[in-house]
Amino acid sequence: MSLSWTQHLILVPVLLPLLCGALLIVLNESRHQLKFCINLASVLTLLAVALALVRLTDSGHWPEGIGVYLAANWSAPFGIALVADRLATLMLVLTALLAACSLLYSMLRWSRIGVHFHSLFQFLLMGLNGAFLTHDLFNLFVFFEVMLAASYGLVLHGYNLNRIRAGMQFIAVNLIASLMFLIGIALIYGTAGTLNMADLAAQIAGLEAPDLALLKVGAGALAIAFLVKSAMWPLGFWLPTTYAAASPPVAAMFVLITKVGAYAILRLWLLVFSDEAGDAAGFGLNALFWGGMATIVFGAAGMLASDVHGKLAGYGAIISSGTLLAVIGYGHAALIAPGLFYLLSSTLAMAAFMLLIELVDRSRNPVQALLAVTMEAFQVEETPDELVGVSIPAGFAFLGVSFALCALIIAGLPPLSGFIAKFTLFHALLNPGGDAAVSTSGLILMVVVILSGLAAIIALMQFGVRTFWASGAVTVRLQVTEVIPIAVLLVLCMGITVQAGPVFGFVERTSADLHQPGRYIERVLNEPVVPGVLDKGN
Amino acid sequence: MEITIAIAIGVMFGSGVWLILRPRSFQLLIGLLLMSFAVNLFIFIMGRLWVDKPPLTLAEGAPDPAAFADPLTQALVLTAIVIGFATTALYLVLMIGSRGVTGTDHVDGKEPDQ
Repeated sequence: MSLSWTQHLILVPVLLPLLCGALLIVLNESRHQLKFCINLASVLTLLAVALALVRLTDSGHWPEGIGVYLAANWSAPFGIALVADRLATLMLVLTALLAACSLLYSMLRWSRIGVHFHSLFQFLLMGLNGAFLTHDLFNLFVFFEVMLAASYGLVLHGYNLNRIRAGMQFIAVNLIASLMFLIGIALIYGTAGTLNMADLAAQIAGLEAPDLALLKVGAGALAIAFLVKSAMWPLGFWLPTTYAAASPPVAAMFVLITKVGAYAILRLWLLVFSDEAGDAAGFGLNALFWGGMATIVFGAAGMLASDVHGKLAGYGAIISSGTLLAVIGYGHAALIAPGLFYLLSSTLAMAAFMLLIELVDRSRNPVQALLAVTMEAFQVEETPDELVGVSIPAGFAFLGVSFALCALIIAGLPPLSGFIAKFTLFHALLNPGGDAAVSTSGLILMVVVILSGLAAIIALMQFGVRTFWASGAVTVRLQVTEVIPIAVLLVLCMGITVQAGPVFGFVERTSADLHQPGRYIERVLNEPVVPGVLDKGN
Repeated sequence: MEITIAIAIGVMFGSGVWLILRPRSFQLLIGLLLMSFAVNLFIFIMGRLWVDKPPLTLAEGAPDPAAFADPLTQALVLTAIVIGFATTALYLVLMIGSRGVTGTDHVDGKEPDQ
């Protein structure tokens, strides 16, 4: 007896980028067309696999909509389990979509300003996908490190002074965060004796008080590592500099990295510190809530104050991650579905914005920071002026319209997806269900979110007026491969607006899954191993 | 034995924290190394401290768990050492690159104004 092919599909999002990235290392840098094609083929396959996994989890193919893959056929608390549920597969789809758009955008110039862009890109995808799928804390650490190692390389891609300076901070901060991650893992293992998330959730209610206190310290250390990634105030000062310095396709992928931290918190906290966790239920949610609010305020202030476009986008990402953290920290089940919808919409829009501002900057100032040390060192021949590709007419109009759409979504104004996200969020806050009154902290959250939207729209309007209504606007020549990714991302945002019903149904089912940790524990721990060759002899 | 190793880890981690707050990138690097050594030791002792207990057995049949040290923390610490070593080496490369491009070993890439 062997596993069905659908079961093996869970492993593909990790294995394929690993193999593909390794293959791309040996190809010579001058064959960039071939490298790009292999990379794109891999990303599109990942997208297809991710969509297939969404279908499998959502169509009742797997019991409870949870697919479990036991690595090396070890049963769950002993071996590493990969788990594909609705949340994980949703994030896989989002990753693959962003990757496809960033990659296409990088085709003409950004992938050629340094070496090994395509390999690093694949390894980044491997780390991201693995972090979404794994159900083991130490394995999560390993995938985080894979993701981070690739991201260190990508920040420095096209080695210039800005990127080195930003990289020095980014890498140092993340190395320290990784140490916190390890301390957290060690403490959790030392007290609970397990690193499997489901097993940990099953055991936490039975822990003695001294052990539980140590476990909470461990969970706190772990949370610091996640919150550094998701740039919670005061742990997120590295973010605006890094985003502004990184090349645009890389910055677009980094929008997702901030979401990985929020994802890990969402997954771990709802599973381990659920209502069934006894004394540990809801541990740290308060800190998360107020920290998230401080992050929103910090991001809004930063957005108003920044004059560098890259930093403007970076602070926008901070607001979106702060909103997500505050929503998780509020600790009310009805808020998670709007939070997930917000995650989808804001990630897509922020990524589009990251790509867009580079085109805007280029139209205003053609000789810009592209000049990289590596271009000379590795004899990359292409200069920005002799680009191949088709340019599209009415470039400036396209930039203006896309910018307006991005601004609407980021600020959360009607009629696009940002508004739906905020509307459903406020609806859930104002209708806590039953006889419960609207809580004060909920009202404060609403005020903060509304004010951050106001700050965002002021900052973005200022940017738009200066850019698009300034006199002496130049004619822009845009390349098709750079326009399509932005258009696709924005069309997706419109798509989830028009199809808000089905999408919202999906995120609600996701949220319902997350709030029933018992089903996870049962599914993961009871997954049978495949009877092996050795057993047949008996 | 516990108190000795706890103090050793504390001193090492504390020195590391002091060093990463220094302005020179080499000090930062050494600080990171010290902290990662301390964390590795910390993971290791989370399997508790034992004397004369092997982590593995080659004997037939089901072994008595009381006679063996926890092998998992040893496996974890090996992985953590390898990963920590690799990322620190990567930082070292960046540090040298930064020194070459900016001409200074200050972490900000420029000397502070006097």
